[in-house]
Amino acid sequence: MTTRRLIWRKSVNAVMLTLTGLFTLIAVSVLLLILGRLLYNGASALDWNFFTKLPLSPGEAGSGMANAIVGSLEIVGMAALIGLPVGFVAGIYLSEFEDRYFASTVRFVADLLNGIPSIVVGLLAWSLLVVSMKTFSAIAGSVALSVMLIPIVTRQTEQFLREVPQSLREGALALGASKWKMIVTVVVPAGSKGIMTGMILGIARISGESAPLLFTSLNNQFWGGGLAQPTASLPVMIYTHAISPFDDWHRQAWAAGLVLIALVLVANISARFVLARGISVPRD
Amino acid sequence: MATVAAVPASATGRRVQTGDAIARWVALAFAASILVLAALLVHELWAGSAGARHKFGWGFLTSSKWNPVTEEFGALPFIYGTVVTSFLALIVSVPLGLGAAIFLSELAPARMSSALTFLIELLAAIPSVIYGLLAIFTLVPLMRSTVEPFLKRSLGYLPLFKGVAYGVDYLTAALVLAVMTIPFVISVSRESLLAVPREQREAALALGATHWESTWQVVVPYAKLGILGSVFLGLARALGETMAVTMVIGNDPSIHASLLAPGYTIAAVIANEFTEATGKVYLGALVELGLVLFCLTIVINGVARLLIAATTRKGSKRA
Repeated sequence: MTTRRLIWRKSVNAVMLTLTGLFTLIAVSVLLLILGRLLYNGASALDWNFFTKLPLSPGEAGSGMANAIVGSLEIVGMAALIGLPVGFVAGIYLSEFEDRYFASTVRFVADLLNGIPSIVVGLLAWSLLVVSMKTFSAIAGSVALSVMLIPIVTRQTEQFLREVPQSLREGALALGASKWKMIVTVVVPAGSKGIMTGMILGIARISGESAPLLFTSLNNQFWGGGLAQPTASLPVMIYTHAISPFDDWHRQAWAAGLVLIALVLVANISARFVLARGISVPRD
Repeated sequence: MATVAAVPASATGRRVQTGDAIARWVALAFAASILVLAALLVHELWAGSAGARHKFGWGFLTSSKWNPVTEEFGALPFIYGTVVTSFLALIVSVPLGLGAAIFLSELAPARMSSALTFLIELLAAIPSVIYGLLAIFTLVPLMRSTVEPFLKRSLGYLPLFKGVAYGVDYLTAALVLAVMTIPFVISVSRESLLAVPREQREAALALGATHWESTWQVVVPYAKLGILGSVFLGLARALGETMAVTMVIGNDPSIHASLLAPGYTIAAVIANEFTEATGKVYLGALVELGLVLFCLTIVINGVARLLIAATTRKGSKRA
């Protein structure tokens, strides 16, 4: 009786533990399947024209997405110019200047902003900029992305500054440094690796976003006419090409997908491995 | 961080203190900008949807008409599609994610666990439009040709699996969402499991429990708030997910009992129709849908944050 019970318990143990391993295997193999399929379909569609030519009508040879690559760089670059400094300084405030009601309110709101669907953030940029400028523009897209970037960078900066030992702060103050001098010369450099990691991961995250760009920067089949004009971007190009009925465009979508995933993965891997060796990276 | 005592006032001390005060106010202004952004977001959604709110009132939420020509708008089909796909996704991703989290925190050696966790976090970094791209060209044909005909043959007597197998429907969208939410469920659950004190495991094992019994009856209940938090976090992600769902949901603004029928979600209809919407009422209705989505995700996210904050304060068994 008792041995039968023991055998039962041991088999449940073995079965369930194997299952958990199987589930992990499934999760990881999904990643490998996605990367494999992208590499297989994307590599055959990717050529030099992709990086140097404009998108053409389906059926024409030598089509590319040069404008979308440049457009993505513009939009994401501008979003970084707005979002990184704001998020960085706000993070310094949360970690160094105050830990009371106001700071915890900001912290909570930043977390909530972080969880808001990106398409809703797009609505904000649309009603702030597109409506008043009466045109879709790269600027509106950048503002949308920077609204996503700010809470990410704020929380990451705060988190890494909090890991800087208190004794470093006390040492700087004991040597007669003022508080802002202590922050600039001691605290921020001590946390800089982590903060940089957080920033790179944040930029990687927004550079793959397409939902907030759909009705802010829109899209463009040609070279854009500056920052105040509709501008093409890689993620939106992938979307429009993938849902089109043309095989040529599907191939272009795969090529663009491969380029985008390569950028995102390189940013992620370099940030987590090279820059942040030994630092635990908190998620958003 | 506890504030360190200020530098005492002296001749140079005053200048130092002015510098500090300036730094403080500048930093405060940047931190406050986050609150301003959030307030702007609420204001713009509220103001932008004014026309639609006045015209339809609360009936907007319960009407299932969506007719841009006659300017009659109701949110129900989209709310239905959003909720159905998200819950269906969690039915798949929660057991799978929790199982994997258990493996990563309780079984795998530290090195293997951190390598696998790294891979799973890469899964979370893949842009949504790429999931959509893969879903359109691999999952949809597979569902249409194999999975859905099989479901109809074996379970076709249920109203859930009736109708033509299009491949673009609630079920496919839910599967894509399941894959996309798995990494969130895994990494947050794993962290809550790692935060369970070592003594809990040892005590259970010492009483003669098997490894699985100690995990399932002691460790998991101990971490249940954090695991629940991971579920809510995954739910919030699924509710607001746009691109991948838009590409496979089928875009049909009506309510179907069958999971094999094309549907629509809130995020998808905003993505599809916003640039083409003409007229104040149509735009207002789409912005109001955005407001509904905003409220949904704020509530779910708030719950998730509170639950996660409650459990992962202290970690003891760090891998």
